[in-house]
Amino acid sequence: MTTLITVRDLSVAFDGKEVVRDVSFSLRAGECLGIVGESGSGKSVTARSLLGLNGHGAQVTATTLDVGVDVLEATPEQLRHLRGSRIGYVLQDALVSLDPLRTVGTEIAEPLRAHRVPAAQRPARVQELLTSVSVPEPELRARQLPSELSGGLRQRALIAAGLALDPQVLIADEPTTALDVTVQAQVLELLEQNLSAGRAIILISHDLSVVERLADHVLVMHRGRVVEEGPTAQVLTSPQDPYTRRLLAAIPSASSRGDRLSDLPPATITAVPRERAPEAGPVLEAIGLGKSYRGPDGRTRPVVQDVSFTLDAGETLGIVGESGSGKSTTAWMALGLTPPSTGQVLLDGEAWTGIPERKRRSRRHRIAVVQQDPLSSFDPRWTVGRTIADSLSVGQGRRGGARGSAGSSGRERDRSARVAELLEAVGLDPAFAARHPLTMSGGQRQRAAIARAIATDPEVLVLDEPVSALDVSVQAQVLDLLGDLQSALGTAYLFISHDLGVIHHVSDRVLVMQGGQVVEHGTADQVLHAPQHPYTRQLVSTLPRRDLQEAS
Amino acid sequence: MTTLAPPLPEVEKPAAPPLRTARSSRSPLRHLGVALPGAVVGAVVLAALAPGLLAPQDPLEISLSESFAPPSAEHLFGTDQSGRDVFSRVIHGARQSLLIGLGATAIGLLGAMVLGLAGGLGGRLADGAVTRVIEILYAFPGILLALILIAVYGNSALTQMVAVGLATMPGYARMVRSQVLVVRRSAYVEAARTLGHPPARILLRTLLPNAFRPLTVLITLGVGQAVVWAAALGFLGMGVQPPTAEWGAMLNAGRHYIQQAWWMDFFPGVTIVLFTLSLTVLGRRLQQSTDAGALR
Amino acid sequence: MNVVLIRRILTTIASAALLLWAVATIVFFLQHLVPGDPAMAILGGASANPPEETLQAIRDQYGFEDPLLVQYGAFLTGLVQLDLGESYTMKQPVTAIVSEQILPTLQLTGAALAIAWALAITLTLLTAGRRGWLGRLGAGIEVVFAALPHFWLGVVLLVVFAVVLQWLPVVDDGPLGLVLPALTLGIPLGGFLAQVTRDEFDVALRQPFVLSALSRGARTADVRFRQVLRHAALPGIALSGWGLGSLISGAVVVEVIFSRQGIGQVLVAAVNAQDLPLVIGVTFVVALVYVIANILSDAASVLVDPRLRHTIGATS
Repeated sequence: MTTLITVRDLSVAFDGKEVVRDVSFSLRAGECLGIVGESGSGKSVTARSLLGLNGHGAQVTATTLDVGVDVLEATPEQLRHLRGSRIGYVLQDALVSLDPLRTVGTEIAEPLRAHRVPAAQRPARVQELLTSVSVPEPELRARQLPSELSGGLRQRALIAAGLALDPQVLIADEPTTALDVTVQAQVLELLEQNLSAGRAIILISHDLSVVERLADHVLVMHRGRVVEEGPTAQVLTSPQDPYTRRLLAAIPSASSRGDRLSDLPPATITAVPRERAPEAGPVLEAIGLGKSYRGPDGRTRPVVQDVSFTLDAGETLGIVGESGSGKSTTAWMALGLTPPSTGQVLLDGEAWTGIPERKRRSRRHRIAVVQQDPLSSFDPRWTVGRTIADSLSVGQGRRGGARGSAGSSGRERDRSARVAELLEAVGLDPAFAARHPLTMSGGQRQRAAIARAIATDPEVLVLDEPVSALDVSVQAQVLDLLGDLQSALGTAYLFISHDLGVIHHVSDRVLVMQGGQVVEHGTADQVLHAPQHPYTRQLVSTLPRRDLQEAS
Repeated sequence: MTTLAPPLPEVEKPAAPPLRTARSSRSPLRHLGVALPGAVVGAVVLAALAPGLLAPQDPLEISLSESFAPPSAEHLFGTDQSGRDVFSRVIHGARQSLLIGLGATAIGLLGAMVLGLAGGLGGRLADGAVTRVIEILYAFPGILLALILIAVYGNSALTQMVAVGLATMPGYARMVRSQVLVVRRSAYVEAARTLGHPPARILLRTLLPNAFRPLTVLITLGVGQAVVWAAALGFLGMGVQPPTAEWGAMLNAGRHYIQQAWWMDFFPGVTIVLFTLSLTVLGRRLQQSTDAGALR
Repeated sequence: MNVVLIRRILTTIASAALLLWAVATIVFFLQHLVPGDPAMAILGGASANPPEETLQAIRDQYGFEDPLLVQYGAFLTGLVQLDLGESYTMKQPVTAIVSEQILPTLQLTGAALAIAWALAITLTLLTAGRRGWLGRLGAGIEVVFAALPHFWLGVVLLVVFAVVLQWLPVVDDGPLGLVLPALTLGIPLGGFLAQVTRDEFDVALRQPFVLSALSRGARTADVRFRQVLRHAALPGIALSGWGLGSLISGAVVVEVIFSRQGIGQVLVAAVNAQDLPLVIGVTFVVALVYVIANILSDAASVLVDPRLRHTIGATS
């Protein structure tokens, strides 16, 4: 088979800072090469080097960088001819990767224009391309704007633009990120078809299960270097490099339940065990919750219908669903932030919704939240320490801490000691108290957000997609932390996620939501091993075919 | 006259990209970029506080024999039709101009805060009403509103201040309103609510400080612009009356002799340009540092 | 779609009418807050020392002693019939004066807006998103331009080009006479628009769709000109209605400097003579121009940004 791409000792530096170092690989016709790594691993920079698209200020060196032409020696015009015609490149998140001001048709026709395909032939070719990526009603879609298409269709349109000139190689950079799992499966299928039609693919992803499905050969990148490479099955079943092993172990799934995902030592938390009479009912109960909004057309649109659940002390209830399933609205109603249209929520057996906010306020410390994007949930003017102290100022209830005169120096000292304690409990150095959230990494921010949430010593913690913005290894640490905290504090978790693996790892019981309704409800093993509802079955079928965990 | 708090289109901007401060903060050019405008503003403030320290001559002393003297070592900026030293008059004019500028900005900001808070915090009806009021204020373009007020209430420093203040108000009001709305819907206000803080505490400790944060920059830019507007009114003969030294009034006097004594208009004008330009540069730098401030 | 469009047009007209009514009402009541006797102003002020009978005759003629609401009613009725009363000093219908004088002002502001946009686009295309001195130079020029007050720029241009170099006439009603005033008005607005456009250009340049287009073989110049510029121009276009308003404001100063005919000169004279009907008339017409300019700039935004076309129904 002919070799299409040969890379030897590729290094890329920006302003003298090396982000990719000594990367070598080759790609043969009809082959799929997977590049796996977390954010900052240099996988996208590597891909862009193949197109000479690293921008100004990038110093690219290599002994060989051959993609049919020598990228390092090629003139700008030669490189331009190469892009699109020899190598197609598909970025993640089509909403921003397609020009929002141009119609889908114009966008797909653009590479044709750039490569001098006569104007008369372009419309037919656009239709052909849209059809080939299984976009229904291609004539209509070509006239629409990217914002009018669903995420899945948009991603297909972006792929169509990448395939416009029938390149031998397609680079797909996180092609399924930000898509719902069922749509992800469809996009992967599309790539699979291209592969079997003989096109070579470089698939870049942080998600091992995506790479596993398509790639023949895998490169694992970490901090700019290739730490492991080999045939996909071999790398995933018997990883040699410690990083690869850690990465594989970090993936939450059914079989990882009860195990630690990260190699961090368990958090040390000193806490008074919660005392609760065994006959006491659930801490949180939702009865027939519903929420509808009036749309711009004046019609009422239900987003949540008839959702009921109970949450017992110290247990975890997972709510899983795709975007628009109503899971976040349900969480917001449980928090008493969104008033339900129908039904009610009980906190510790007492009415929690349907009463004025004034009456909720004194009980608010008993239910806390951790949001998906921790950064925006911090007051930008405050240090982490001040944010946590602010949270400590409420909810001294159960602990019975003396609510002395505010501002007395002894109390101040108590409080900063408590802040330090909380930071240590979530695995952060107490020095973080003086930091601003902007200067912290995503994982550190999420830890700080958890510290803030547990500062009021809540009985219920609502976790709204708490790990979905994090890299796998950081996600593993945060999930471990949450597990440690739960066993030490006995807090009940309402855990909302789109990720089945995460849900299966953390939940005792699971609620599957679709289109605002609960379609399935049961213990985690029941729901995920023996799904009854067709939608749940479809969801479960998108899970990796072989359980990666067993291998490692 | 065009940069004053324009009606920014209310589009969500993507988060600021990481700033590259490492290299730029060390560059000597960068220091000059703060020191130079800082010196200009400092000089103007000093002139306003203690003009006698800087001015070589009495700004009101008439010496007809020296009228229309071009700039020289003795009269740096030349003399006017009555032989008064233009340089001294520019220095003595700083106080009046700065007062009008500061007063107008204060009036504009206060009105804007009332409007913006009512719109941002009130219900949909209040917001609708505020939006309309802002729109109506916009329909009286700047100088026009000032001229109407002067036509109605006559010519005084107070009218000038109120007029310029009102003219600048809608721009600030719009800014305050949208800022309050953004902060009000932010996740950190939501977080404060989930803690069970009472609304008054959230308002005072979280919402207002965050909503008003960008205003410091606006004030810096706004004072300069208010000075320009006041000077424009003076230029049209609607300001402080002669012989008081005030930049706008000096411009107005000079306009009649533009062909024989260009320096009468040129130097007061250059002073205004340098002053507003310095404030603009400082304001932008302040903005960059508040944006970057959170990073430290 | 059509129903939506019609509803949108009707809403626009209604809110424009509401705005004009509010403006008219405000100026009407402001007028009645004036200390002093309008009849006296009509007769040339207290220094003219008119006899009491004449004053009374004038009061009766203009209805100054009618109840305020009756006067307001008469004022609104007149407004609907495009009758803004008679100028005290010029003894002519205000409508006639204003409609004659607005044309040169519109020419001036129109030319200035064109200059401003030409400047903004040129500066943006040449210098935005470029590294090094070129980008900094462009940004510097914009800041300086935007900070130039009309009264100073106009005088400098006048002295340099008309008095010293004598390339252009000092006062001329022809196209040559338009050059300096339009530059005076257009340069500061151009600097301002260029700042806005450059910021947006830089933001758009960092968007993934740029990288995406380049990765398919598009030329850099093409992407800058055909895609990024379009994004960059959007906020500027939305601001152009406001910009025209600010230009009319500036035209007052510029017309005085260059002794050009126009609404600005009329306004200054009317304010000096306390000729309130004329002041009101000018204000009202300027508000009308402002409203129309904003409708036009909205329409232009819709032309450039197809997303607005598709969400018409959803957002209105």
